Amino acid sequence: MDAVSRIDASVAQAAAPTDAHAVWLAGQRWLRWKRLLLPLVGAASLLFVWWALVAVLQVKPFIAPAPQVVAVTLWQKADILLANLEPTVIEAVSGFLIGNFCAIALATLFVHRKSIEMAFLPIVVLLNSIPVVAKAPILVLLLGNGFSPKIAIAAIICFFPTLVNMVRGLEAVSPQALELMHVLSASKWEIFTRLRLQSSVPYLFAALKISASAAVVGAIVGEWIGSQEGIGALIIQATYAFDSALLYATVICGSTFSVLFYLTIKLLERLCVRWVPPATG
Amino acid sequence: MDAAAAELGTVGTQDAPAVELRGLSVSFMSERREVVALEDITFSLEPGSFLTLLGPSGCGKSTLLRVIADIVQPRTGTVRVFGRPPIEARKRREIGFVFQDATLLPWRSAIDNVRLPLQVGGGAQGARSAGDLLALVGLAGWENALPHELSGGMRQRVAIARALLCGPKILLMDEPFGALDEITRDRLNAELLTIWRETGTTILFVTHSIHEAAFLGQQVLMLAARPGRVREMIRIDLPEPRALAIRDTAPFGVLSARLRAVLETC
Repeated sequence: MDAVSRIDASVAQAAAPTDAHAVWLAGQRWLRWKRLLLPLVGAASLLFVWWALVAVLQVKPFIAPAPQVVAVTLWQKADILLANLEPTVIEAVSGFLIGNFCAIALATLFVHRKSIEMAFLPIVVLLNSIPVVAKAPILVLLLGNGFSPKIAIAAIICFFPTLVNMVRGLEAVSPQALELMHVLSASKWEIFTRLRLQSSVPYLFAALKISASAAVVGAIVGEWIGSQEGIGALIIQATYAFDSALLYATVICGSTFSVLFYLTIKLLERLCVRWVPPATG
Repeated sequence: MDAAAAELGTVGTQDAPAVELRGLSVSFMSERREVVALEDITFSLEPGSFLTLLGPSGCGKSTLLRVIADIVQPRTGTVRVFGRPPIEARKRREIGFVFQDATLLPWRSAIDNVRLPLQVGGGAQGARSAGDLLALVGLAGWENALPHELSGGMRQRVAIARALLCGPKILLMDEPFGALDEITRDRLNAELLTIWRETGTTILFVTHSIHEAAFLGQQVLMLAARPGRVREMIRIDLPEPRALAIRDTAPFGVLSARLRAVLETC
């Protein structure tokens, strides 16, 4: 008998069961609690290890901060953090909207004009293979120092996964469904709006969830290059100032936004896709 | 216009056969090689009749239905559906098609799936209400269910209701019950005969089940494979209306044995 099932059995007995069904029910209840509690236990233990390592090895504050110092910094420098989060949010969200809109539009064109797809998709794939860090300086030179290069970088990052997924989604229509539409004398436009667009929605959301996090990365990378404000700029400033506590607090701030952005898209998906897709469900 | 077409005429009339094929051949290109799917098919079908198509796989049964529905274009030969070319019959909503897979749109409820024909192809009129049709196929009360909430048999019932919405003169069914379990399939077979009697529509039904072919059809068209061609048209002289129990009678056994014997030579 392994440790976990021994604990399960003892907990079930502690609940004073009179029959097997009650034991089973108690076990199920405990299982539910475990699912809830264990991740918290995991996080807490990692925080403890972090704290212990910094304390025992006497790590210097400019190398790495203790967790409680980061927590205090988050609280004390909340105004600086939020002031710098704002431009990043604007850049990431604008880039997300622009990049995805362009990707959806181009995917629509590709699906309807195969020759355009054949001509340009290889180039698109090639451009996508250039690392963001390499594209960023080029865009800064082209677009100057304001919001625009950051938005452009975020948009470009969002663009590619959505384009590829959207083309796949629009084409993921069964041949029989197309035959059905033909028998019903549906026009190309009707096939697009009633069939292709709808069946691509799960694919679209899969891409949007990726690009929600990617847009934040894009905005931050954009801010690394000659920017005075934003999460990316603050990361650079904190690093050069050896202010490790501020650096960590900034990273936490940026990732919290990234997670919230992702969850918003996930919530939208829940609202939009109530049907179970045939293949991906 | 070739001679056969001129002879057949292009204007539909009441006495025109439901389906008339003359010297129909269909080819596909497969890896730069021409594959003959159907060769020199000639037969005609009276309005209101029930024909089952039986043959080994690769005999072009499904292709034949698709030619009649204007999905596939023939290489040679003429096709008339109630005296008109298939494209006209399709545009006049005279053709209903039921696929092997129900092909429901998964984001639409049962009743919205049935209504699809009204929303595409230039606003056709429904011959019957979608709700009535769902009741006809035994799905009253399931109007708002999504396809994934329905069983395979129920999904196929929705597909049948959708095909009947515009009051088609001909219903083309491509192995519609092939993926269903035997119990469901039997029940749907019996119900399909009821629907056929009630609507008076002509039905062409593709199957690879000898029992299904004999139970449903007034006639069975046997096709041979590679290339697909007509082997024999066999009349099924069983009393109407038929109930499932007819399959346990001696005449049904004799007919099935005969179909099996012909099928083995295809």
